[in-house]
Order: sequence, then structure tokens, then C-alpha cells
Amino acid sequence: MSDRRDGAPEAALDAEDAAAPVDGEGGDAPSPDGGHAAATPSTHTVRLELVDEPGQLLAALHPIADNGGNLLSIYHERGNKTPRGRIPVEVDFEATPERFEEIVDALRSEGVNVMQAGTERYAEEVTLLLFGHLIDTDLSDTLSRIEACESASVADVSLAAPQGTEEASSARLRLEARAGETEAALSAVRELATEKELRVVEPLTGVDA
Amino acid sequence: MRLAVIGAGAVGRSVVELAGEYGHEVVAVADSSSAVVADGTGGTGGPGSDGRAGVDPDAVAARKAERGIVGDDDPADALAADYDVLVEATPTTLGDAEPGFSHVTTALERDRHAVLANKGPVAERFGDLRAAVDDSDGEIRFEATVGGAIPAVSTVEDIEPGHVTAVRGVLNGTANFILTRMAAEGLDYDHVLAEAQDLGVAEADPSFDVDGTDAALKCVILANVLSFGAVDDPTDAREFTLEDADVSGIRDVPGSALRLAAEDGRTVRLIGEATGEAVRVAPRLVPENGTLAVSGTQNIVQIETSHAGRLNISGRGAGGPETASAVLGDVGRLE
Ligand SMILES: NC(=O)c1ccc[n+]([C@@H]2O[C@H](COP(=O)([O-])OP(=O)(O)OC[C@H]3O[C@@H](n4cnc5c(N)ncnc54)[C@H](OP(=O)(O)O)[C@@H]3O)[C@@H](O)[C@H]2O)c1
Repeated sequence: MSDRRDGAPEAALDAEDAAAPVDGEGGDAPSPDGGHAAATPSTHTVRLELVDEPGQLLAALHPIADNGGNLLSIYHERGNKTPRGRIPVEVDFEATPERFEEIVDALRSEGVNVMQAGTERYAEEVTLLLFGHLIDTDLSDTLSRIEACESASVADVSLAAPQGTEEASSARLRLEARAGETEAALSAVRELATEKELRVVEPLTGVDA
Repeated sequence: MRLAVIGAGAVGRSVVELAGEYGHEVVAVADSSSAVVADGTGGTGGPGSDGRAGVDPDAVAARKAERGIVGDDDPADALAADYDVLVEATPTTLGDAEPGFSHVTTALERDRHAVLANKGPVAERFGDLRAAVDDSDGEIRFEATVGGAIPAVSTVEDIEPGHVTAVRGVLNGTANFILTRMAAEGLDYDHVLAEAQDLGVAEADPSFDVDGTDAALKCVILANVLSFGAVDDPTDAREFTLEDADVSGIRDVPGSALRLAAEDGRTVRLIGEATGEAVRVAPRLVPENGTLAVSGTQNIVQIETSHAGRLNISGRGAGGPETASAVLGDVGRLE
């Protein structure tokens, strides 16, 4: 299940060839917090959506460095695609709150799609239903096995077992999935459901219907 | 156009009734045991009461209602009649898709066109049909097979299949009616099914609809349109049949699952999805007030395009006149 991920962020960063020029770029950047003595820089994560073409990553990093952001890491999820068929990239950098706003504005005005700007580890939320013999098949085991999957964590569970524990019951699960890993999280749930003969009602992901 | 209508059920009878309004003429009608042919090859229909050479739609309807037959000819006579377009409206069958498949190829062998309401041949034997079309001066059209009155196939063709990335939607009115009522009334599947059967929305044996087979056939047809439409050489296209579809139905969806969905502003719909690579039909969670959450027997088709965003078309997915309107639209495109 969870071990089918395309690679941990750390590994991806090391292996990512685009990381080299980025470091050079970071060296040219003004030191964080240059003219704003009052504000202290903190770490920010932005999630960008890039077209799969050469030079796109570098182009997206300019606005960060040029506006006083201090690049810390880049997680280029080449194996994953966003619903629009683009490549999700997570960039961590240090900046003051004020500069952070300027950086996001600069990225957007450069035409870079900023999907999310913040510090949460789990970027995507997904709600699904499970039904069948949830109680007999050990609901807490089901939940902890989903939790054990690196792609997602269980944020919220609602259970309805109207006929007592013998009959089919239903649960609504809200999962928080790591950026770009909703599909991996769903397939982990799917596998678990098949094993326990439960049915999953999946959301239509990537479709804001 | 001169039409031979094969099948005199809800769809065939509506085609016969409405053809005149669309400027076409019905020259033959067949059901499973009888036929009427109007062109002097032994027909009892004779020239219509309006003096034209077609069969008289009212007389056909009356005979079918009173005696269960459409005329005194043999069904084979209708297939041999002098028509421009054969309308295939016999029951949808799986596997070899007969007798519908042979009805269509008989027309093509005679260099005539065929318009299908019957899903079987286009879902189960698309490649064979394409080959028969290649050897013929006739063409086939099958708008009515997907989403009844909704112009799903022709919209995909207009956009061009190569620029359509996916088609999804609610394609079975019976299943949608059941899910809508379960959510609205908090009832279980069995209760709502009985109600749907009383209302004539569900058949005595609802399997085809509630197990997702019907929606899957429609998605298979769309997948074939996408796959064959995106290549220059048909031998490069992947052919889909029902076996290629990943299908699960709504029979065991408990009422409690719909309640849990509703608490969270969502609901469950039987959603079919087709791309040129895969077909999937399953109950899915969708926003309660979202585009795809059509209610009752409504259908919706959502077309995802490469350059034009998303198109949504909703409407009546079944019914005699609705389906006949799609059939007659196809006949018009063949002129
Ligand atoms: N109803 C809809 O809303 C709808 C929508 C889209 C597509 N369709 C498709 O359109 C087709 C017709 O639907 P329907 O609702 O009209 O079906 P139906 O009411 O069951 O009618 C089927 C007709 O086909 C005739 N038939 C059966 N075998 C035949 C044969 N070998 N030769 C000639 N006629 C034969 C039947 O004859 P008898 O009358 O003698 O039994 C009957 O008249 C089906 O394939 C269906 O899936 C229907």
C-alpha cells in the first residue's frame, strides 16, 4: 500500500537534477529580511503547478529569490500529475510575512499557478464512504491501517450502524492526503476494502462538479 | 428519407409516429413476429391516408395496440424493403448483439444507412460494425444509444474525439431515481425500488439498470467513439466491450450511506466515466448541489475538452419520443 509511493520527498529532492541550478539561484538572492528589520523570517511552503516543459521550474523560482525569499527545499513530484495534467512542485523557503505576500503575488503575476500557500503538511482533503460489515471487520483496524499509509491521515470519521452491528453499516471518512497523493491514498483504501469485502464510494476527484 | 423501422416498442413506435414531422417517410415497420411494408412488395399498409407512399402511422399503432402485430408481412420483408435508412430499435442484447447486429449489417451490405437506438451492436461489436461500414456506401449513427435525448455522441464528434479527454455523467435514469428517492426520503433500496416499479420507472427485473450494466454500455460506446475517433487508422484504435468496463451498481448502497453523505453536503450518484483508455461505472460521492447531482430520472453528460473546458448537457435520458428525437436527428444528419 503506502510503500508504493513514488519516492519520499527527501529522496526526490536529492535526485532532482533541477535542484542544482536552484541552489546557485538562491546564492544571488538578497539575504532574507534585508530592509525589514522589524519582521522575522519564517518558513513557508508553496505548492505550484507547472507545465512539463524545460525551464519551467527555474522560471518559477525566480520570483521567490528575486523578492527576498531564501530557498530551502524543492520537492518536484514528477511522478504525479495534478487534475489538469500538470506537475505539482512544493517549494519551501524562508521569508518575512510581508515578503511572503509579495512572493505569492509575483509568482501569480508571472503566470505561475500557486495552488496553495501555507504551511500544512497535508494539502488535499478527500471525503469517501465505506459500507458493509464495518464493525465485524474491525473498524478500528481499518482506520489505523489507513492512518499507517504514508499518503494520508484520517481527519474525521462518522459512523452509521442503524441495524446494530450484525447488519451492513456505513462510515464517512475525511482523509487528509499529502500534496498530489490523493490517488495513492484512495488506492490504499480500495485495496483495504477489497481485502475486507467492504464497498467504497469514492469521490469524483479532480472534478469540482 | 425513407425509413425501415425494425422494432415496434416504445422507441420504434415513436419513430413511426414522429417521422413525418421531421420530413421523413416510414416505408416499413417490423416487430418480432410481423411487418408492414408500404412499397407494393406485398404490404397491407398501403399508401398512407395523406396520399403519400409511406405506411400509415396511426394504422400501425392501432394494429400493434389491438392485435399485437404491425401488419401481415414477415419481418424479413421489412429488412428487404426499399429504404434509405434502417432504424434499429430491437432489444439491446449482449455478446453477439443479435439480432440487431445482423439487421444493421444487412442494411450496410445493401449500401443503406443504419441508425441505432439499440446499444448492443455499438457496445459489443464496434470493430465489426466499423469494418462493415468501411465496405459500404452506407453509414451508421447511434446518438440515441447514449443518454436518450441528450446529444452526447454528436457533441463529442463536433468537438472532435481527439480533443475530448473524458466523458462522464449520470446515464441511467432508473438508478438515479432510486438514489434520489433514497436520499430524499431516508428509505432503503428495497422500498424505493418497489415504488419505482409501481411508477414504471424500474422494470420488474431491474438488474440491467441498478447493476450499472446499462450505464456501462453507454460509457463503452463513448469510449469507442473516443478511441476510434482519435486515430486515423482504425486498426490502431482500442476496441471496448462491456468486458473492459469496471462496473459496480447501487443495489447494496445502504440508506445510511446516503444519510452520512447528506450530513456533509454530498450525495451519491451512479457515475459513468469513459476515456479512450478506460471505462468505469460506480456509485460516487458528489456535492449535493453540484452539476452532476441531477435528480429523478434526469441524465447528465459532462464532456471534458482539451481547449474548451467542460461542457455539461442534461436532459431526459430515456422515453419513446425523447429517444425517437435523437434517432430522427441522426437521420437528418445522414441526408
Ligand atoms: N426506451 C428508451 O427510452 C430507450 C432509450 C435509448 C435506447 N433504447 C434502446 O432502443 C431499443 C428499443 O427500445 P424499446 O424501449 O422500444 O424496447 P421494447 O419496448 O422492448 O421494444 C422492442 C421491440 O423490438 C421488437 N423485436 C424484438 N426482436 C425482434 C426481431 N428479431 N425483429 C424485429 N423486431 C424485433 C419487439 O417486438 P414485439 O413487439 O413483437 O415484442 C419490440 O417491438 C432497445 O435496444 C433499447 O435499449 C431505448
